[in-house]
Amino acid sequence: MNTNTIENVSRRKFLRGMFSTGALVLGVHFFPEALWAAVRKPLFGPDVKDTTFNPNLFVGINRDGTITIVAHRSEMGTGIRTSLPRVLADELDADWTRVKLQQGIGDARYGSQNTDGSHSIREFFDVMREMGGAARLMLVRAAAQRWKVSPDECETRNSMVIHTASGRKLSYGELASAAAKLPVPQKQELQFKPSARWRYIGKSAPMYDLAGVCTGKPLYGLDTNLDGMVYASVEHPPVLGGQVKSYDDAEARRVKGVLRTIQIPTFKPPYAFQALGGVAVVADNTWAALKGRQKLKVEWDNGPNASYNSGEYRKMLQDTARKPGKVVRNEGDVDAVFAKGGKIIEAEYYTPHLAHAPMEPPNAVADYRDGKVTIWAPTQNPQAAQDAVAGALGIKKENVICHVTLLGGAFGRKSMQDYIVEAALLSKEVGKPVKVTWRREDDIKFDYYHSVAAMYMKAALDDSGKPTAWLQRSVFPSLMTTFDANTMYGAPLELGMGWNDIPYSIPNLRVENGPAKAHVRIGWLRSVANIYHAYAVQSFSDELAHVAQRDPVEYLLDLIGPPRIIDLKSIGYWNYNGNAEQYPIDTSRLRKVVEMAAEQAGWGKRKFGKGSGLGIAAHRSFLTYVATVVEVEVSDKGEVKIPRVDTVVDAGLVVNPEVVRNQFEGAAVFGTSVTRTGEITATNGAIDQSNFHNYPVARMNDAPYYTKVTLVESTAPPAGVGEPGVPPFVPAMCNAIFAATGKRIRELPLSKHSLSA
Amino acid sequence: MIRLKVNGVERSFEGDADMPLLWYLRDHLGLTGTKFGCGEALCGSCTVHQNGQAVRSCALPMSALNGAEIVTIEGLSKNGTHPVQKAWIAMNVPQCGYCQAGQIMQAAALLKRTPSPTDEEIERAMAGNICRCGTYQRIRAAIKAAARESA
Ligand code: FES
Ligand code: FES
Repeated sequence: MNTNTIENVSRRKFLRGMFSTGALVLGVHFFPEALWAAVRKPLFGPDVKDTTFNPNLFVGINRDGTITIVAHRSEMGTGIRTSLPRVLADELDADWTRVKLQQGIGDARYGSQNTDGSHSIREFFDVMREMGGAARLMLVRAAAQRWKVSPDECETRNSMVIHTASGRKLSYGELASAAAKLPVPQKQELQFKPSARWRYIGKSAPMYDLAGVCTGKPLYGLDTNLDGMVYASVEHPPVLGGQVKSYDDAEARRVKGVLRTIQIPTFKPPYAFQALGGVAVVADNTWAALKGRQKLKVEWDNGPNASYNSGEYRKMLQDTARKPGKVVRNEGDVDAVFAKGGKIIEAEYYTPHLAHAPMEPPNAVADYRDGKVTIWAPTQNPQAAQDAVAGALGIKKENVICHVTLLGGAFGRKSMQDYIVEAALLSKEVGKPVKVTWRREDDIKFDYYHSVAAMYMKAALDDSGKPTAWLQRSVFPSLMTTFDANTMYGAPLELGMGWNDIPYSIPNLRVENGPAKAHVRIGWLRSVANIYHAYAVQSFSDELAHVAQRDPVEYLLDLIGPPRIIDLKSIGYWNYNGNAEQYPIDTSRLRKVVEMAAEQAGWGKRKFGKGSGLGIAAHRSFLTYVATVVEVEVSDKGEVKIPRVDTVVDAGLVVNPEVVRNQFEGAAVFGTSVTRTGEITATNGAIDQSNFHNYPVARMNDAPYYTKVTLVESTAPPAGVGEPGVPPFVPAMCNAIFAATGKRIRELPLSKHSLSA
Repeated sequence: MIRLKVNGVERSFEGDADMPLLWYLRDHLGLTGTKFGCGEALCGSCTVHQNGQAVRSCALPMSALNGAEIVTIEGLSKNGTHPVQKAWIAMNVPQCGYCQAGQIMQAAALLKRTPSPTDEEIERAMAGNICRCGTYQRIRAAIKAAARESA
């Protein structure tokens, strides 16, 4: 019944590597049993001076009572570096004020470090509790031995073991040496604190690096400074896959401070995380390298992608979207209903390529010596950096040490390791530590872009205005083209981002996907395919509500239908690698966030004059349910202001509410950039945009004035928070613009439309 | 030779006079708190104070700085005690934090000139500072809190 040919074993295997579907593959058992025993002498475990107690890879306790916890996931602003260690600290009953964090280097023994896909908490929540719980049990046993009492008579509080009956106390520092001599307990022996006794989980805490950030401490990749380090910047081929034909560096070398130039060969397809190629200028400071680049004269062979023009490509995508595609979900018979005629509504939507533009451009420092290379980089995935660098230099992965700095934003860009490979190649060539700095222009012109997408929607409405049939078709170049240039269809994970998992109650429903070839590097950007899929589904829902002359909130609730669990196992729905029992598609949770967001925004209760209005959208992504109401004010001149946003989030158990609210406030701003101005185009294969003047992102005066985030209290297992705020924001804003002006935005960005009265 | 004061320390520079202050601070003095975001005076990450005014160090060549007094985030206060820094910490403004040195320097200069700014004055002063993580509403709140604190 369901046609789904996307399921493909080799690709699934492959995805495991790229997307760390660790949760699925390894689940809570990911921490190998063998490791429990082997972790006594971790190679790169907590760097504890005077270590006496080092029960596992993640925690060490000093005799002076300070506790080192390893943060093994990358910090790019989501607070994960603080939140996960706090889970461990809670189960350990550690005094947080005496905890020091150590950023874990790339090391497979930590499990996945791919900080991507909003799954850090979900994947490591239990692991962190086990790590903390095991250490605590050993400390309790050590104390009990000393007091000659049963461990059951002891409790722990704030880095102390207490003998309840006698009130005797020993600090963790005092117990560290004795605890270190005890065997590591088996997992089955651990007893976890009941949630009522959690002191850190669920309680807001500032980010560990807050003060350092506000005083300008060297925390980021670009701040890395090594003795004898030289500085490089690379002139890349303007068209993807282009080659250097010849180059003249005479003038470049005359720039004061320039040391030399080095040609970097163009990657062999697929490009994956390889260096793009081009000509590097190496200098004794960053400025000289940048200035030297301006003086380079390079002749390029632009290669096959030089015929790529995004305007024509867009027409092709839209044409494809009008034709039958590959069916990825099919219920009932939409064709039969459409054939009957009646009220049929069609609409097409289009979203362009986007660049990530994290505030800190890509950069890396590499120090190659004697067949080994040490990296310092802002990377979301140090193990992938190890692999990419090892591949490029022809050395073993264990000879690549990758230190992870703070990331000055990432949004997916720093999951791709090309800039790190450049630094490693150059350091090997130069024989010194090399810092590679990308200019903003390099960042925008040589990104792994968020996919351009065209969507075609069609529905048949009954007399009450409810859809009896619904067809949706999306066409976009898949991010899998990064690893296999011949990929023509969306991967299961892309189609499973708000497309084949559409949670609507419609008897005849068909979901399709059409073919597209890629001509630029495609990557994953904050919430990925959910952006264009949610935009189409939630805009179309609003369109139908207006056709049916129904209130958009009530209509949306009708589309979602009664509270139920939607089972999509038969179509191989990936469910973000969450297990379907733990993380079902639960429409009652989606309904609830819609109802709460509408209530919070005063939906139906507030009166709006000309040029003002509210729009709503709801979307489940990364296993989190979000509804967003956006209020806009559109002036006669067509300028849009966003006075208020109301977002309601059900992300299951939330570890650090304050940073989660911050994430959703930020997602509204990120969504504002997508909606207002986000657009990357190409002419003859070269990207037209270059910096914030022609790739504008939201500034304070463009952003929502106030975003109120409400977190639903939930005991459901933890889900993602970094990404799910973006998808519903975009259509909610467009729906608000329709409410305010009667203009339907079927194509992003807004800057292409005139909204003047 | 160019002589200038950075965070109260006398410095002299004999390198390429075209070099923007940003790279002098970062590469020569190791003051990496001032950030590179665009290099074209478009994002505000590199904001420092020149004679008390907020300026974009990426677009300010060394040749223009003879006799200048520069203050960077490292020199704004001892131990992060400037009212703006305190407000930033109290309100948990940063996400990735990369833009925040520039935001703080911009806000500090604003409050010096306009001790209790209106929303509009805040927006006008801060519009040149991009935060890609989108912390604007906390920035606005923190500026107001710092204004109250200093009042
Ligand atoms: S780096 Fe100077 S304004 Fe962007
Ligand atoms: S906090 Fe990340 S750019 Fe502002």
